[in-house]
This record gives sequence, C-alpha cells and structure tokens, in this order.
Amino acid sequence: MERFLLDVAHLLAGGLVLTSFMLLYQTRMSSLLAVFALQAVVLTLSVAWQAHVQNAPHLYITAGIALVLKAIIIPYALSRVVRSLGIHRSIETVGGIGPTMLAGMGCVALSMVVMLKATATANPLAREDLAFALSVVLLGLLMMVTRRNAVSQIVGFMSIENGLILAAAGAKGMPLVVEISVAFSVLVAFIVIGVFLFRIRERFDSVELQALDDFRGERR
Amino acid sequence: MAVSATLAAIAVLLGTAALAIAIHRRPFATVLIYCICLGVCLVLLALAGTSLIERGPVQHLTLPIGLPWLGARFRIDALSAFFQVVINLGGAAASLYALGYGRHEEAPGRVLPFYPVFLAGMNLVLVADDAFTFLVAWEFMSLSSWALVLAHHHDRENAEAGYIYILMASFGTFALLLAFGLLAGPSGQYAFGDIRDMAHAGWLEGLVLVLALVGAGSKAGLVPLHVWLPLAHPAAPSHVSALMSGVMTKVAIYGFIRIVFDLLGQPRWWWSLVILGLASVTAVIGVLYALMQRDLKRLLAYSTVENIGIVFIGLGLALAFTANNMAAPAALAFTAALFHAFNHALFKSLLFFGAGAVLTATGARDIEKLGGLILRMPQTAFVFLGGVLAISALPPLNGFVSEWLMFQAVLLSPDLPQWGLKLAVPAVGAMLALAAALSAACFVRAFGIVFLGRPRAPEAATAIETDSASRASMFTLLGLCLAAGILPGLLIDAIAPVAAGLVGQSMPPQASISGWSIVPVAESRSSYNGLLVFGFITVSTLVTIQFIHRFASSALRRAPPWDCGFPSADPATQYTADSFAQPVRRVFGESVLLARDEVDMSPPGDPRPSRLTVTVRDVIWETAYAPISNLISRTAEQLNHLQFLSIRRYLSLVFGALIVLLLGVAVWA
Amino acid sequence: MGLILDLAVQGVQMVLVLALAPLLLGLTRKVKARLLRRQGPSLLQPYRDLVRLARKEVVLAENASWLFRSGPYMIFAATWVAAALVPTFATGLHFSWTADLIAIAALLGTARVFLALVGMDVGTSFGGIGSSREMMFASLAEPAMIMIVFVVALVAGSTQLSHIAIFMQEHASLRVSLGLALVALVIVALAENARIPVDNPATHLELTMVHEAMVLEYSGRHLAVIELAAALKLLLYVSLIGCIFFPWGIASGEAGPTAYAIGVATYLVKLAVGGFLLVVLETSIAKMRVFRVPEFLGAALMLGLLGTLLLFVSRTF
Repeated sequence: MERFLLDVAHLLAGGLVLTSFMLLYQTRMSSLLAVFALQAVVLTLSVAWQAHVQNAPHLYITAGIALVLKAIIIPYALSRVVRSLGIHRSIETVGGIGPTMLAGMGCVALSMVVMLKATATANPLAREDLAFALSVVLLGLLMMVTRRNAVSQIVGFMSIENGLILAAAGAKGMPLVVEISVAFSVLVAFIVIGVFLFRIRERFDSVELQALDDFRGERR
Repeated sequence: MAVSATLAAIAVLLGTAALAIAIHRRPFATVLIYCICLGVCLVLLALAGTSLIERGPVQHLTLPIGLPWLGARFRIDALSAFFQVVINLGGAAASLYALGYGRHEEAPGRVLPFYPVFLAGMNLVLVADDAFTFLVAWEFMSLSSWALVLAHHHDRENAEAGYIYILMASFGTFALLLAFGLLAGPSGQYAFGDIRDMAHAGWLEGLVLVLALVGAGSKAGLVPLHVWLPLAHPAAPSHVSALMSGVMTKVAIYGFIRIVFDLLGQPRWWWSLVILGLASVTAVIGVLYALMQRDLKRLLAYSTVENIGIVFIGLGLALAFTANNMAAPAALAFTAALFHAFNHALFKSLLFFGAGAVLTATGARDIEKLGGLILRMPQTAFVFLGGVLAISALPPLNGFVSEWLMFQAVLLSPDLPQWGLKLAVPAVGAMLALAAALSAACFVRAFGIVFLGRPRAPEAATAIETDSASRASMFTLLGLCLAAGILPGLLIDAIAPVAAGLVGQSMPPQASISGWSIVPVAESRSSYNGLLVFGFITVSTLVTIQFIHRFASSALRRAPPWDCGFPSADPATQYTADSFAQPVRRVFGESVLLARDEVDMSPPGDPRPSRLTVTVRDVIWETAYAPISNLISRTAEQLNHLQFLSIRRYLSLVFGALIVLLLGVAVWA
Repeated sequence: MGLILDLAVQGVQMVLVLALAPLLLGLTRKVKARLLRRQGPSLLQPYRDLVRLARKEVVLAENASWLFRSGPYMIFAATWVAAALVPTFATGLHFSWTADLIAIAALLGTARVFLALVGMDVGTSFGGIGSSREMMFASLAEPAMIMIVFVVALVAGSTQLSHIAIFMQEHASLRVSLGLALVALVIVALAENARIPVDNPATHLELTMVHEAMVLEYSGRHLAVIELAAALKLLLYVSLIGCIFFPWGIASGEAGPTAYAIGVATYLVKLAVGGFLLVVLETSIAKMRVFRVPEFLGAALMLGLLGTLLLFVSRTF
C-alpha cells in the first residue's frame, strides 16, 4: 500500500514535469493556455494527494486555491486578454522548439543530479518531489528566456510558481498563511503584469518584447 | 615462430615494392604485384587467424636494428592477432579487387610500389612492441598512403587533399611521439613491456589520454580531427580508398586501444565521459555530412567518420565499466566495439569497391549524374544493396549485431556509480540510435540515386557490368557480412581472448549455447539469434511467393510509369540527391550543418531559369581550422623574413639557440 | 510433445496475426465512418480488397527492376517475422528468444528501407518525395523507439518481450517513466503507421502523402502484399502496446487450453479497444504540416529520454 501511495505521488509530480515540457512545446497561444490550465489541474491533484498521504488537511486548501485560481480564473482571464488585445495567435520562440526541448532535458538532468546528491538522507517522497519541483522551476525559467511574447512569459512565471508549490507541499507543507500570501502575490503579479500589458499595448501597439528593446535602442 | 613468419611476410611485401619499381612498365606488372599481395595477405591472415583461434601464447622477438640499446622488438598477442585478421582480410579483398580494377589505372607506376609498402606498414604497426618501431611503422603507413592519395595528383583537388592529409598525419604522429615520450619517463624506457610495468602519475595519464586521442583520433577521423579524411580517402584509387577507410582507421583504433587499455593502467571514470562525448558527436556529425554529399566516395568517407564514432562509443563504455571494476559489462562493450570495427572493415571495403565499379563504368563521381544502374550492373547493384543493409544496421546482417551488442552494453549503465555517467550514457544511446537511423537514410539515398530510377546523364545510360575479379571480391565480402550476421557467436568467441587480456574478463562463451543464439549477459535479459531470423525471413518470403504464385493472378503487363497520371519522359523530373536530403537538411540544417537553401525565382514573363542554390558548410572547419590556418599563414609570412638575413645574423640565431638550450639543461639539472 | 505444442502455438500466432490484421484495418475504417456519421464499408472489406487485388494483373513500369518486383515480398516477410515475435495471447512462444524488442524494431527498419528503395525504383518524383520524407520521419522515430526500449528494459531488466510482459503482469505499478514511454510509443506508432496527424491513410492528394506516394506504382498482387504488410504493422504496434503496458490476460508459462482461450479473448478485446482509441484520436485532430512532424517525433524522443532520466529518481528502481 505504501508503495502505491508513493507511486501515485511520483506519477503526479512527474506529470507536472511533463506538462512543463508540453508548455515548452506549444506554439499557439490558445493551446498554451489550455496546457497551463492542465498543469494547474495536475498540481491540484498532486497537492491533494500529498494532503491525503501526509494527513495534512490544510494542503487541501492549497489544492483548492491552485484549482480555482490557476486552473480556472487565470487561464480564462489571460485568454480574454489575448482576445481583447488581438494578440497574434502563434508564439515566437527564440532558437526553435527542438533546441529548447534539448535544453529542457539538460535542465532536468541537472536538477536530478543536484537534488539527489544534496538530499541523500531525506525522506524519499520529499526527495523526489524536490527533484521534480526544481525541474519545473528551471523549465519555467527556460520558458521565460526563450519566448518573445509577454503572455507566454507570464505563463512561464506562473509555472515557476507551480514548481515552488510542489516543493512546499512535498516538504511537509508550509503554513497556510505563507501559502495564501504566495497565492495572492501571484495574483497581484498577474494583475500588475496584465496592466503592464495594456500599457505596452497602448504605447507600442504590440506585446512583442522586441518593441521594448527597439524603444530602448537595444537591437539584438 | 609466428612473429618471425609475420616479419618474413612483411619483408616479402617490401621486396614486392622494390620489384614493382623495377617492372611497373611491363603489362603484366599489375596482375603480378596484386597477386603477390593477395598471397601474402592470405598467409598473414592464416597466421593471425590460427593464433587467435588456438589462443596461442604471447610471442616475442627482438631484432638488432633500430635504436642501439633497444633493438626492434616485436610481439604478437591476441589484440595484435585480431587486428591482423581485420587488416589482412581487407588487404586480401582489396588486392583481389585490384586484379580487375587496377587494369584501368593510367599510371600504375604511381600506385604499384606504394601499395605493398602500405600493407607492410599497417602490419608492422600491429606487431611493434616498442615506441620507436611503432612510430616508424606508423610513419611508413602514413607516408605510403599519402603517396597513394597523390596517385592522381593532376587533379587540383587531390593535390590539396594530399597537402591537408600530410599536415594532419604529421600532427598526429607528433602527438603520439609526445605521448610515448611521457609514457617512457625520464629514463627513456621505450619498450612497451617496461611502460606497462611502470606506474604513472595521475596528471600524466590524463595528458597521455588526450595525446592518444589526438594522435590516433586524427588518423581514425574523430571529430574535430576528421577534416582531412573526407578529402583524402576519396582521392586515392578506389581499392586504396577501401583500404584507407576500412582498414587504416582500424590500425588507428588499434593504436588507441594499445595505449589506453594496455599501457596506461587503471583508467579514471572521467576519461570515458570525454571519449563518449567526442564519439557520439562524431557519429552524428559524420552521418549528417555523409547525407549531404553528392560525391559517392566522399559520402562513404564521411560515413567512415560515423562508424569510427560508433566504435569509440563502445570503447568509451568499456573504459567506464573498467574504471569501476565491472569487468563483465566492460567485456561486452569492448567486444561490441571490436565487432563493429571488424564489420566496418567488411562493409566499408565492399561499398568502396562498389563505388569504384560505378566510377569505372560511368566515369562520374557526382551521383546526380547517375541513376538506373541496377539494370545495367545488376550484380554490382546486388552486392552494394547488401552493403547498404549491413551498414544501416539492419538484421540479419552483421552491422545490426554489433550495434545490438552496443545497446545491450548501454542498458547496463545504471549500475555505474557516477551520476555523470548514469545520465550521460542513455543520451549517448539516443545519439547512437540517431546515427544508425540517419545512416539508413543516407544509404537509401545513395543506393536510390545511383542504382535506382532512370539514368540522369548519358554516362549512366551506357554503363556495363564490372569485371569478374572485382565481383568475386565484393561477393566474398558480402558473404562474410552475412556470415558474421547470422553466426555472430563465432566472432564473439574469437574476440574473447582479446577482451580477457585487456579488460580482465570476456563475454560468456557463445559456441556452447544451443541453436547459435548469442546471449550477452543472461538469457532472461536478452538474446538474439541471427541464424533463426535469417531462416525465418527466408522461409516466410518463400512461403509468401509460393502462396501468391499459386493463388493469385500471374498476369503481368509492362506499361509506362503511372506517376499519378502525369509521367514525364525527362529524367530531370526525378527526385535528386539534394532534394532527397532536403528534409533532413531542414531539420538539422540551421544548427549543425550551417545549410542554406536560396531560391532565385524569376518573375513571370522572364525567360531566365529559376535557381535553387544549396550550400552546406562544415561548421568544424570554419570554427576550428580556418582561424588556425590563417594564423599559420600569417606566422609563415613573418618567418619568411628570416630567409634573407646576413651570415652574422644567422650565426647569432644559432648562438642564441645554443645558449637557451644550455640554460635549459642547467636549470633542469 | 512439449516441443510440438510450442511449435503449434508459434504457428497459431503467425497465422493469427496474419488473419486478424485486415480485420483491425476494417474495424478502424468502420468506426471512423460511424464517427463521421457515415455508414462505412463492411468489417470484411479489407479482405475483399486483398482478394480483388490479388486477382488483377500487375501493370509494371517499363523500367522497373528486379528490386521492384521482389521488394514487396521482402517488406512483407520482415514485417510478418517481426509481428510473429510479439507476444499476443501467450508469452512463452518457442521462438521468442530469437529476437528481442530492439531486433523487432530493427526488422521493421529493414522493411522500411526496402519500402523507401522500391519507392525510388521507377524514377518518378512522387516516389522520391515519399521515400525522402519516410526516411526523415524514421530518422527521428527510430531513436525514439530505442529510448522507449531503454525505459521498458531498465524497468523490467530485460529486452525480451516475453520477460517484459511477465514482469509487468507480476509487478504492475504506476510509474512516471512508463507513462512517458507509453505516450512516446503512441506517437511513434502513429508516425510509423502513416496515421493522422503524420500522414493520412485515406488521402490521394499527392503532396501530403508519404506512404501512399512510395507505393504509387504498385498494382495487382504486389500491391496486395504491401497492403497486407501495412495492416500487419498496425496490428504489431497495437499488440506491442498491449503486451508491454497492458499485459493482462496473456497466457504465460505452462499454460493450459483455458489460459490460451482467455489469452485469445483478451487479445481480441485489446485490439478492438486499441483500434477504437486510434480512430477517436484520429478524428479529433488534424493532419500536421510535414515540417511540424519532426517536432512531434522529437517530442517522442524527448519523452523517451526524460523517461530514462526519471527512472533514476524512482525510489523503487
């Protein structure tokens, strides 16, 4: 039975890494947001499972926040933003899908080595979760680095946050207050970025970051 | 006994070279010289084969020539014997082929004397047992092959290839010289036996590894030292190309194994990481460039680069396992590497012979001018197809067996304790699979464009089948490819003493397993039976044919091609080699190949033809060699001034050099 | 006696795969038609097609070579042997130790190389385009397949399909790596069988077809053999997925007639479910542009590699 509990936790955490790769693979805005919602659902399941395994009811609340905020509200809001701004439906990438995926593999390998070495004596459940969480964080960063489009950068940022929640849930949970504050800070960041997006749009008539670079006189 | 017989045979080869100088103008010279070479190679093959199979003792011999305090030492152990088998098999096949092919040679005086020397040099490297003899033999091999590359020196391209080849060869020998110097230590123990007994410092071993990689790797064609290979190998006459690609690269691998596995003592685990990285890059880059070539022989040369990468992957894995005292997996990886080296000698020689036959029949090296040769040269097409299947690692031929063994070795990698290796080896396995799949694409393209379709130029339309000696040689090689593919156990058992001597253990004996299966580790883990797969395929093909001929209609009508209703009589409408490679060029093009497709479409009404220009540049040449070459020519320009000094200035240079050397001695002491 | 029984089981397997392959094809066509609210042809239509093709005369291009005439049989034989080595209803087949999963993948490679070669034989532009694209897809699908083999072999400790199936039966567990391998294998299977989104089996729009372009010049009995080989390949991949990831019901060891009967019944159910899911997937997505396919297959390769990497964090490994 214990093994089954572990296997499911492992499967869900791995699913989170997989959805991070799916985020990297997408080239269309609508499917990107759909995959992001999917990632939030997987995160919810993963956190809820941790709550079940660790017998920690407050984690259910975390799961609920993730579900409502990230799987429903934010994707919906973002897709409205995309539609109302008339943002181009395809995503421009820096350096192609293939090389990005390869770099992603490198990130995963790196986080495996680092985490498994650093936490050799830790509880296996937490240990694996940490390795996966670091991978998700790195993949989110990679996504922010390799996308030219502001919306996909927001998505990358929020997938980093997903990784952090996974790590926190695995490490015997963090206090609910911190939890809620993190969730709200994400919401605030989202709002700020959303407003910022509108401003960019107003001034430069585009959400390509290229436009900002041009404005600063920094041509690549 | 075996050593002296081998040396006598080598001496006969050298004598043949002298004979060739004397008689090369006579009409019978070609046949005579190649007959002698064929005979001597067969004798050497028999000698080495018996000592390998009988597992005879290691034999020594010292001759009073060479360095006065050392003499010339010779030794034959299992490793030497195995490589002697590979080399003389290739040599015999090439000599047999040359009995027919050599008759088309315009200037036999430029080929005949060097050919026996080349064979002698390669054999001598394998039996040398001290650094001095080894290097002399190595240079013999390099210089004679260089002379053979320059056989058709009127071609400007060939002259340039010869120049780059001699540069790289000297560079490689220099690296080997340094390596042996470091190994011999301050007291100058140049005999291999002494080096083996000595203990070396850790940094020194690392340095020797790098030098051995540079020295042997440049001869074998490891990326980034491969640049000369696709230029030089195709420049020589085809039977020599086959020897250089199929056989001489094996001598280089022998040199690497001798230094790293035999002389250097216990390896460190990070060595294998270096080798695996280089080797997997070599395999993929080699085959990608092979896929882009339009010259059939150059395509084959690039594919040699790929196969060398595969052999080195096996050697790297063997080093990784040896470093962790895992003798059984190390034996598996090592056997896979040697098996692949043997296979490559067979099928690469075969393919070069086929390319030579096509070249003689059509006079065209550019495959865009060929096509439809399967109808004009059915037998050559058949053996070439066999070679294509073998090199693409397809069952039931031999290429598949060695790659299968290699994959089995990769699958044992999770037992390695180092995290770096644990994570790197599966990636290397992916690169290996990628190289194998790309090589299938590469050779489908080569065979499809050269032999299938319709002739693209008049040369191809009038080709005739090649002569019987060439065909005999190619069919023999194909037979050996098939034999090694369906009875791999025999070869694995023959390699066993080599592995036992160098990695401490050998694969479990395969001859005793029922039904000729091969079982690398345990039967529950994996097994493969080439004989049964071959039998299955043959039987089910026959059953199908029987069934179809009994129950289906046997009516047949010849008609123009269908081609969706729009067949065009012009052969220019066929897919070309460049268009076949286009998808791969597009997938890997930007990052690896620096490929550019430029389309110049003329506007409507303009009678100018539209043009598609494809350029593929060698990324390694541009990043690594062009700067060095510029630097060297600039330095040479500067040093040029030294030629016009006064006597006094020259004397002062000599004086200065002397003082510096003396100072060096003073400080050293 | 035991040997005879083993041989009989092996023989039954070879005949079974051959007999069922067109049925699976018919099932996919029927379900697809029903999903599109068409009536669709009968389940047995592929058999009738094969018989019809076999009865027709062969129209051979004037410059077709011996390779063109012998190619279909080579393709068929290699595919048939590969399909016969995948455990379908029983594991301990007499010849299952002949070739492991890597060898089965390579046998399919042999078939593919012959297919690509015969596509170029007559020297038409369509044949060339098909062969070229097929080999490009294969150059990514094969490494992906090998990585899937790695994942499965590292979990089960064997590359022998019989051992893998028995291991999976006994140690069934949820694993991330196996999930990734399953997704990757589905992608590879779609590409190898020329299904949507990689290729369209129903199309005759020349510029989008790959498989059909290679066999364009074939007719009569040759075409029948090639079509049967294609159907076998589809069956092979469905059975492979069933045998590795859903090995329930496969008779193993010294099985009696009831176990074999259960094995055959579950195998039929698996085939039906597999075919149904394939069609549902096909009808719900659109065909990709050709140069989107390398990314799709590259994703399979990445999933395989990711699967091997994740094995190392798996505690039970």
